[in-house]
Amino acid sequence: MLSREQVEHVALLARLELKEEEIEMYRQQLGKILDYIEKLNELDTTNVPPTAHVLPLKNVYREDVVGEHMDPEKVLRNAPDREENYFKVPRIL
Amino acid sequence: MREYEVIIGLEVHAELKTNSKIFCSCSTEFGGPPNAHICPVCLGLPGTLPVLNKKVVEYAIRAALALNCQIAEFSKFDRKNYYYPDLPKNYQISQYDLPIAYGGYLEIEVNGQKKRIGITRVHMEEDAGKLVHAGGDNLAQANYSLVDYNRTGVPLIEIVSAPDIRSPEEARLYLEKLKAILQYTDVSDCKMEEGSLRCDANISVRPVGAAEFGTKTELKNMNSFRALQKALEYEVERQIEILEEGGRIVQETRMWDERKGITVSMRSKEEAHDYRYFPDPDLVPLVIEREWVEEIRRSLPELPDARRERYIRDLGLPEYDAGVITASKALSDYFDRCLQYTRNAKAVSNWVMGEVLKYLNATGREMDETFPVPPQHLAGLVELIDKGTISSKIAKEVFKEMTETGEAPEVIVERKGLKQITDEKALAAIVEEVLAANPQVVEDYKRGKDRALGFLVGQVMKATRGKANPELVNRLLREKIQ
Repeated sequence: MLSREQVEHVALLARLELKEEEIEMYRQQLGKILDYIEKLNELDTTNVPPTAHVLPLKNVYREDVVGEHMDPEKVLRNAPDREENYFKVPRIL
Repeated sequence: MREYEVIIGLEVHAELKTNSKIFCSCSTEFGGPPNAHICPVCLGLPGTLPVLNKKVVEYAIRAALALNCQIAEFSKFDRKNYYYPDLPKNYQISQYDLPIAYGGYLEIEVNGQKKRIGITRVHMEEDAGKLVHAGGDNLAQANYSLVDYNRTGVPLIEIVSAPDIRSPEEARLYLEKLKAILQYTDVSDCKMEEGSLRCDANISVRPVGAAEFGTKTELKNMNSFRALQKALEYEVERQIEILEEGGRIVQETRMWDERKGITVSMRSKEEAHDYRYFPDPDLVPLVIEREWVEEIRRSLPELPDARRERYIRDLGLPEYDAGVITASKALSDYFDRCLQYTRNAKAVSNWVMGEVLKYLNATGREMDETFPVPPQHLAGLVELIDKGTISSKIAKEVFKEMTETGEAPEVIVERKGLKQITDEKALAAIVEEVLAANPQVVEDYKRGKDRALGFLVGQVMKATRGKANPELVNRLLREKIQ
């Protein structure tokens, strides 16, 4: 099972504010998910290289050519707040 | 007090000078109005997919080879997760356990001794956006922040040194050499003031002879070579002082405050370093073909160390000169081009290290195509001195005029009538006049006051506005006084 501290740590990393009852709920739910994933550990993967990608593709490139940009007006229209052509965000420390 | 040993490792980020970003076709151009170089991919809008710029891989391999690294056969990109508004996706695409290159080194020279500094790895990643803190003088007082995503997705390589650096001075020398190598290989502009070269430092101290490393701190916000050295010097003192007082070093990130000349803790609850790296499912792995690596290796230009050797060995330059000139690729290229027009390497070296650097420093410029004195003009000036057409003193005046007008030295000498007077008869007349006007000084000289002759030479030079050939004046004066 997951500890309360682990849930709080993950919540902090995800910038989530959890209520008291939510901490307990996620402790249960996340714990069950992890237990389920744990089943994979029953397989012996000693000689299996880690999978970097599920598709059998490699070396997909684009050439170094400049293309179209988006109109800043269009982008900033979706922003919660702006100042001139900047996105405006709360003070960070 | 106990003796301490300093252990430093540097993490350097260099922006690669591609035209477009690492995973989308937005321009990488510096400056420009905010949020003008953005698109759905670098903004991380849902449904978009990054596609790797081939040039980025080529440049990373190029830099890594110049740093004597091994190029990985298999490499991949990972997501580094953290929340900060300069990162629109809430993760940075970087490389974690399988970087493009590893196991290299570069050489620095400390007190005349060559020293090898290991390079642990070189990896590729995307740059983050730029934050402007508004409503206050600094970060702490700001009421809110403004975000410009133009820089988001500009390709970077991160070069991580081994903890082989043993003093703040060595750290500066390492960074200077690294910058030179990146400029020679032409993969980055390396302009610290524009942020295209950035350096973080890990530093710890331990009593000499201790087997274990001490607790380290990470320093950020050093915006020049000087700042790097100063910040490390401060941190060495701070850490030793704490240990001497029986205290413990706290592992933390500290910010260099240039104005106050101190490092300040940036520790906060938010700074929980837990990046939860995992392979980026949007990007497929890289399998680097060996032929490509060899092709890039063959295309590597002459690097700073080799060029320095060539200057010493083939041109007979003193080690000092060779070091100063090759530290900057642009300056060294300029020097090389001058030598297409004159064979006097030492004279060109003197001019480049003297008047040329003085001019660049005074005008706050770098050597580039806007430098007003083309190589053939500087070489021409050297030739004029060598042929005795002008004196070296007058040459400085001509050089100044060259920087202002962009004219060839011959043109200036002709126009301003600066040709050296080597005509013995013409000079003899002036020498007579000076002797007649200064009988007392002549007496002094006769009575053995050698310095008096210098005064008389000066008077002749003054009368000819510096154009007299000094050796000739000396000889004539001695002859006439006898």
